[in-house]
Formats: sequence, structure tokens, C-alpha cells
Amino acid sequence: MKSKGRHLRAVDRLTELAEDIYRQIDERKIPKMSIPLRTKSNIRFDRRSGVWKYGRSMGVRSAKKLTGAQMLLRTMYMLEFMEEMIRNNKSSTLREMYYISEGWEKAKFSAQDESNMLAEDLEIITACMREDFKLRPEEDGARVIGNITIQETDRKGKKKRINCRDDVGDSGYGIPYNVEKDKISFVDCDADMMVAIETGGMFDRLVENRFDEEYHAVLVHLKGQPARSTRRFIKRANEEMKLPVCVFVDGDPWSFRIHASLAYGAIKTAHLSEYLATPSAEYIGITASDILNYDLPTDKLSDRDVQALNAEKSDPRFSDQFWKHEIDLMLDINKKAEQQALAKYGLDFVTDTYLPEKLTELGIMK
Amino acid sequence: MASIAHELAKKQKEISVSEFFEKNKHILGFDSLTRALITAVKESVDNSLDACEDAGILPEVFVRVKKERNNEYNVVVEDNGPGIVKKQVPNVFGRLLYGSRFHARAQRRGQQGIGVSAVVMYAQITTGKPAKIRSKISDDDVAHQCELVMDTKKNRAQSTKEDFVIWDKEHGTRLEVNLKGKYVQGRQSIFEYLKGVAIVNPHARLTFVPPDGGTIVFERSTEDMPPPTKEVRPHPEGVELGELLTMAKYTEAKKMTSFLNTEFSRISLRVAREVLDHADVPHDQKPSRLTLDQAGAIVDAVHRVRIMAPETDCLSPIGEGLIRKSLKNVLGDLKASFYAPPITREPKVFAGNPFVVEVGIVYGGQLNKEESVQILRFANRVPLMYQQGACATTQAIENVDWRRYGLEQRGGKGIPFGPAIILVHVASTKIPFTSESKEAVANVPEIREEIELALKACARRLKTHLNKAERKSKTRVKFDIVQDIIPMIAQKSAKIVGKPVPDIAGTITKIMNVVWVEDGVTFDKKKHHVSVKLYNYTPKSQRLHVHMVLPYDGVVGKSLSLEPAEVRNGGKVTWDVKRIASTEVFELSFDMKGLDKDEYDENELYVSGIDPASVIGADVLPGDWDLEHVKITEEKPAEADEGAENGEVDYDEGAEVIEDEE
Ligand SMILES: Nc1ncnc2c1ncn2[C@@H]1O[C@H](COP(=O)(O)OP(=O)(O)OP(=O)(O)O)[C@@H](O)[C@H]1O
Ligand SMILES: [Mg+2]
Repeated sequence: MKSKGRHLRAVDRLTELAEDIYRQIDERKIPKMSIPLRTKSNIRFDRRSGVWKYGRSMGVRSAKKLTGAQMLLRTMYMLEFMEEMIRNNKSSTLREMYYISEGWEKAKFSAQDESNMLAEDLEIITACMREDFKLRPEEDGARVIGNITIQETDRKGKKKRINCRDDVGDSGYGIPYNVEKDKISFVDCDADMMVAIETGGMFDRLVENRFDEEYHAVLVHLKGQPARSTRRFIKRANEEMKLPVCVFVDGDPWSFRIHASLAYGAIKTAHLSEYLATPSAEYIGITASDILNYDLPTDKLSDRDVQALNAEKSDPRFSDQFWKHEIDLMLDINKKAEQQALAKYGLDFVTDTYLPEKLTELGIMK
Repeated sequence: MASIAHELAKKQKEISVSEFFEKNKHILGFDSLTRALITAVKESVDNSLDACEDAGILPEVFVRVKKERNNEYNVVVEDNGPGIVKKQVPNVFGRLLYGSRFHARAQRRGQQGIGVSAVVMYAQITTGKPAKIRSKISDDDVAHQCELVMDTKKNRAQSTKEDFVIWDKEHGTRLEVNLKGKYVQGRQSIFEYLKGVAIVNPHARLTFVPPDGGTIVFERSTEDMPPPTKEVRPHPEGVELGELLTMAKYTEAKKMTSFLNTEFSRISLRVAREVLDHADVPHDQKPSRLTLDQAGAIVDAVHRVRIMAPETDCLSPIGEGLIRKSLKNVLGDLKASFYAPPITREPKVFAGNPFVVEVGIVYGGQLNKEESVQILRFANRVPLMYQQGACATTQAIENVDWRRYGLEQRGGKGIPFGPAIILVHVASTKIPFTSESKEAVANVPEIREEIELALKACARRLKTHLNKAERKSKTRVKFDIVQDIIPMIAQKSAKIVGKPVPDIAGTITKIMNVVWVEDGVTFDKKKHHVSVKLYNYTPKSQRLHVHMVLPYDGVVGKSLSLEPAEVRNGGKVTWDVKRIASTEVFELSFDMKGLDKDEYDENELYVSGIDPASVIGADVLPGDWDLEHVKITEEKPAEADEGAENGEVDYDEGAEVIEDEE
């Protein structure tokens, strides 16, 4: 899609939204807006794409209530601001937009979460993406190391070929916030799999132990809950380079959710699941079973951990046999473990023993 | 009671004064060292205030308590009253049952002629030191001074060390005694007593120098004397058999008709004949011949004949306005949030004595929420410090179901809990105390009922305030939506789509669908400015009546934004607001002059002629307002639009929180 075109389409959609509010007031109604509920009870599995998307339940944001009225007013301010940016060919980060709202009087946000959420609301309603509105996240510096070659168009418009093993330093290739075709294309790849890793420590361990070279793997550092661009990058590599993806994270409820958002789609951004999620991604570990099988050093589950696990039991994304078993087991042993707990058996254990065993088990390594 | 006092005096002839005290100190208020000290101050101050009021002088009372040695205190009470003539001094201060009030029926603090003489006696018995008295009457140039030595056998005092001294006071009396006592702080203390005195005597200025130093001044909150009280003849309703027989025996009247006519109030000759007919007693029978049966028949007959209620101008209640002002003046430091408009009931009668009950409630703010409410009891402008449980006042409070009025109470009985102070004042020509120590009002059904009615009336005012505050804060949110947010949404959306700003009236009336009343009082340049804004947020134009209770004399005529349709006694003012178009505002405003800032600081505001459910910020007119000229037509409000949309899920209030992703 041509960049100019998507911005113009976004302006049209945003104006339609304002028109809808305007019309309601003009018709002497209490203005309101319907938005698909962004809750775990309103995500449905889409067979065709293999990911989880929003279902049909709608929530209403009405001026009848204070929060609703406030959000509608904020929406109007935000629309105006976005249209202006598109017209003037400017863009801003989400953080900048939050600060811009300081001047919006009654419509000002009290936390950046609120403005981020509203931007997502607008994506859902207009079926556009925040990039179409000229909004972008901060660079978050997720890294890639492995034998994959991409072509990136730099800010001067020059196309550069980068091999993520040979052309980068030890910290790897930094994934930019825009990983669309106008910015990045995949040129070549000689690898058997892509391993997405939660923590920097484990990423560095695998790099130091040359796991990428020995096992023909592309390593991606997720930096906790992965940014959209990271997930999009992984999905494109998976689709375009036919790279199997596996996820290697800590063994706790929050890491389960990292995997879910990467593989199945995130509840908060299920409108983009089709575009961001990699349904074939496999969970390597750490699993609750690993904790037992490898006799890993552990921490006791906190109250919040237990709550999170219980919530996952009613999360449709975790309703298969594997997850049911792992979640129940974790609750049962009341323990969690970090990736780095594997160091109990030495620095090479993870690359020499654990990963080969697990990858073979999953059928990714023959 | 008087008869008990007489008996005490009789006994006292036979035994020594110290024995007498030992036997009766609980009745006289000297049963503990702590209480003895309070009683000494109390009896003296009560007398000072009585004397000042009799003479029409604004009281100025000085109290000093000094520690002499262990358990011995020196107490000085000095007033600016009329003074006491020299030869009366030994009688007043040295003789039990000598008083000017004994046979009088008038609202006075002193009733028995025991008070101050008991203090003087107690002082001498416990320390052996004589009382020092100084007094000056305005006719004299100098004050006379003496020390009183009691002859404990004869109930007489010997005046010694008499002298004349220069006193820089026009008139007044000073009593100084040394007595055994104990000075304490807390609920039952001299300080609390004086604080109470200040509350119910807003015309008095009190100065207190406590033993631990410093000076506390309770400034007066009014310069006006309370209206003078009068002595009255007994009223026939409730007169007792024995009393009637005694009166008949000693009267100078020759016939029963003139006896009833002259000795009682409210009995004309015609009524006297009617009573005697009912009682079957001959009109011209000699009163001294009255038999027990006849007397009984008369007592019964009195209730079957219409007799005017007793005169009540003999009573001097504090008054609704002054109670509130005084409570604020004295309790201001407690930072309460609401002073419920007090209630002064119409005078009623028990046993031929008129009485009147007053109640005030202070609520909220920094008052303690966890404890039971504080009860301030008063009888004839005297704080009652002891025997709270035995008092009709307390029993009435316990009998009210305070849960209905916004206070907590276990099972709807007992002393309620919550951030409140309840003041009850009973004024009468004769307060029925449970004992001579005058600490608890006896549970006389008529009085108890009046207290309950007054409590409930005042509590209703509290509840009204609480309701109003609650409803208002709920709707305030909507008010903000329609005032601030909707106009901005309309503007912004118009700008984005490039069309003229749409009319928001329809939206606003759908969200609110009420008439919003916003009222306020400001004080500036010695003027009160009152503003009542009526926002018609209903889809139709509205007509309504606004009612206020005002000190109407203070209203500056030409400042009125709308002439009242009616002004009735008691400052009940009614406006007829003929038309407020949908989404328009009407402001009713005016200035008031000549009032102190604190005298008017909250509007008592009602509306009528409109469905109460569609008004926020003002209550419906209470039933007892009884409108004469204003016709009321009630209208049903248009159903609020909300029903149609119920069942929708609020997008922003979804219960699930997503915190862990992206
Ligand atoms: N400070 C004073 N100034 C002028 N007169 C006083 C003063 N104190 C007392 N008297 C006079 O002395 C009388 C006796 O006072 P006392 O306190 O003994 O009795 P009482 O006040 O009449 O009744 P009670 O026993 O109820 O106090 C009073 O009635 C009053 O006439
Ligand atoms: Mg007295």
C-alpha cells in the first residue's frame, strides 16, 4: 500500500468518526461510540488465519458518563491532532503525543497508558494502524543475530543490505519501529529456525556460545513483552523465509503471556493479530515440567503470579491440553524458574543439552 | 422539691452543719473533690448571670481558680451585676434557703436559695477559712467588703472585717472562697462548664483564669440582652391537689370565683364559673372551705374546659438564630462542616408551668466519627454536667431512631454514633429536676415528648442537608459533563468536519433532564449577596416557585432580580419564576444589609410547583410551610432517556484489566 494513500485513507476514516459524533449531537442524541470489547472473553479463534481476533461484543463509550464524555472529547482532540500531522507531513512518538495533550485542558491524559490505549481504540474503529495516523512508538532496540540478510532503506532513502551475522557487532541488528515493506525486505536466509528469547542475559549467552552458528539459528531478543515491530519482524521472517519460530522464555505466567501474544495474538491488540501473530511459533520453555525434569532452582509463586495463572485458565488462548497441563502443574508445584536457572549445570548446559533436547522433542531439530 | 429543701433545713437545725454536709453532699453537688470545685464556680456564675439579667446588664463574668496547696483551691467569681445591699450580704451568702426566687414562677437559673450559701458553707467546713465578699451598687461611690464567718449551729453568718473600699467598677459583686477540691480537665470540668455557659448565654462575656495559667475569654456573640422574663401566676392545667388546697387556704379572695381568677393565670371570671360548674362547687363558696373532694373535682374540671395556654412571654428561649451563631462562635475550633438550623419549639405546659425546648445539631467536618455523639444539655441556660443518663434529655435522644437521620445507632435505640454534637435546652418557669443538685431534668412526659419532637425536627434538617449533599455530588458529575465537555465536543467535531457548531441543547437535556439549582452566599462590603441559579436542563420550558427563609428586613429591595410573589411572617419568601426556557439559566439574586457575616451563611431553599424528582440542589417545600396564595401544580417529568440504552456495556468501565501485554 502506498504510504500517501494510507494516510489519506486515515484522514477520511477519522473525519467520518467526527462526523458521526457531530451528527448525533445535531440529532439531539447523547453522542456515543461503539468499540469491540478488548477483553479475553471477546477474542475468537479465526480458523482461516490461525490467530485470535476480537469477537462481536461491543462496548459503548457514551457522553452520559464522565469517563465516556472525557474520552469522546479526547478523541476529538486526537483526531484534530492526527489530521494536522498528516496534512503537515509530520509524525510524533506516542510519548510526544501524550505530552502534546497537556494543552488539551479537560481532555488532557493523566498517564501515557491512556493515550496509547486511545490510539489503539482509534485503530480498531477506523481499521487503520497507528503508523497511518503518523504515530510511532519509541525505538525499543530489540536485536537480531543470525545468518539472515535484509535490505533496509535508511533515512536518506538509500538501500542497504545487512547480513545479521557478518555485518553487525556483537549486539546484533536493531529492529526499527517500521518493519514494513517500504522499509525492510528479506533478501536471503541460511538458517533452520528462529529462536525468540525473552531476556538479554540468555540472548547474550546463546551468542557467546555461538548457538546461532552451530545450530543454524537466527536469535531474536524480545526484551520482555515484544513490541509490535518485533512481532511483525518475526512474523514476516516466518512467512517470507519459511523460518520455523520457537520461543524461549522464563518459566512463569507472564512469560506464558509473552508467548501467547507472539504466537496467538494479544488481547489488547487482537485487531492486529493477523498481522502480528505467528501461529506456528512453538514454546520451548521454561515449562513447569522443565522445572521438575531438570530440577531447576526456583522461586515461590507470588500472589500476583497465582492470580495471573488462574486468569489464564479462563483465557481461551490457553485452552489446549499442553497449556492446561503446564498451568495446573505450575500452580501445583507453586514454583517458577528463570531461563538463567539452567546455569545450575554450567554455562554450556543450555546450548549443549537443554536446547538440543527440547528442539528435538519439538521436532524442529532432527 | 421545695418541700425536700425545707426538710433539709429542718434537719439542719438539729444537726451540725458539717454533719448536714456529710449527709447531703451528693444532693448539693459536693460529693467529690472534683465536683465540689465545679459546683462552687457553677453556683456563683449562675447567680451572677441571674443578677445581671434581672438588672438588664450585659454580663461580664470573671472566674479565677488558683491552687493554694494540695487539694486546696482559691476561687474568685466577679460580676458586673447590680450588686447586693450591705445588710443582705450575710443572708444571701450565709443562710441556706434564703433566696429571692423561692416562690417565684419565672425562668431563672436559681430556684431554691441553696446554691451559693452551700458553697460558702462547704468552703468554711473544708478549709476553716471565711468567704470574702465585695459588692457595690450603682448608688454608692464605694464598695463594701467583708468576711463571712458561719455559725454552723444557727444557719446564720457573722459579718466581720467590714470595710469600704474603692472599686473601679460601677457595680458588681465579687466572691472569694478557699475550698477543698480537685482541678481537672475533660468532659466534666470548669472549662467545659464555662464553654456551655457561653453557648447558651451568647450575650455574656466570660473570662477564665485556670490554675495552670493563661487566660481564656469567651467573647459574646450578641450585644442584645435576652428579652426579660416575667414572674407569672401558676397556670391551672396540671396544678396539683395539695398545691390547690394550700393556695385556697392562704388566699385573700372571698369567693371561689375570685380565688381562681386572681391566683391563677388565664382564668377569667367566666372560665372560673365554668370550671366550678363542671366541678359542682358553688361559685361563692369560701375558698378556705374547699374540701379534698371538691379540690379533686376542680383539678379534673380544669381539663374539660377550654383554657388559654399559659403566657409564654415569661420565657426567654435563646432562639434559633442565636443558638446557631453561638455554637459557631464557641465551637468554631472543632471545624464542623454543618450547623443544622436549630429548632425552638412553641412553648408548652406541664403542671401549670410553661416550658420551651430548643435543639441544635452540629455535624461533620473534623468531629469524631468513631465515638458516640456528644450531648450538650442545658436547663434555663445552665449547662448540666452530671447524671447524663438520668436526664429526660438523654432519654429522648436515646428514643429517637437516628438511623433515619444519617447517624449510626445500634438497633435504632440508645445514644447514636457519628460526628455530631446535639444541644438540648429546656427553659421553664420551673424546671423539674430529679434532685436538688439540678443536674438532670426529670422525665416528665410533656417535656420528654417536646424534646423528642424538637430533636426529630432538627434531625430532619440535618438529613435534608445530607441528602442534598449526596444527591448533588452524584449529579455534579453530569453537570460538569454538560457544562464543560459537551460544548467542547460539539466545537471540536464541528471544526473537524468543517460545519457550524451544532446546537447542544438536545444532548444536554437528555443527559441531565433536571432543573439544576446552584445557590450561594457571599459576604462583601458589609453586604450579603445571595444568588440562586436555576439551570433548566429539561427539554421543556419550566415554571416553578422558589421559597426561602430569610431575615427579610435585611433584603435590599432594589437589589432583587425578581420581586417576591409573597412574603410571610417568619421571613418565608416565595418567588414565582414564570418561565425558564429549555437549557436557559435564570438567576435569582439579591443583597442583604445589616447582618453579621455569620448570621447568614447558608440558604434555606425550597422549590414547589415542579416534580421534586426533576430538581437537584433544592428540596421540595415542607408540608408545614402551608402556602396560601401560591397554587401548586405538579407535573410529571419526561422520562429520562437512560432506560432505552440500558444493557449496554460501558467500554471504559470493563472489569478486565489488561496490564501485561505490549
Ligand atoms: N452575684 C450576685 N449578685 C446579686 N445578687 C445575688 C448574687 N448572688 C446571689 N444573689 C442573690 O442571693 C440569692 C440567693 O442565692 P442562692 O444561690 O443561694 O439561691 P438561688 O440562686 O435563689 O437558688 P439556687 O439554690 O437554685 O441557686 C439569689 O436569689 C439572689 O437574689
Ligand atoms: Mg443560685
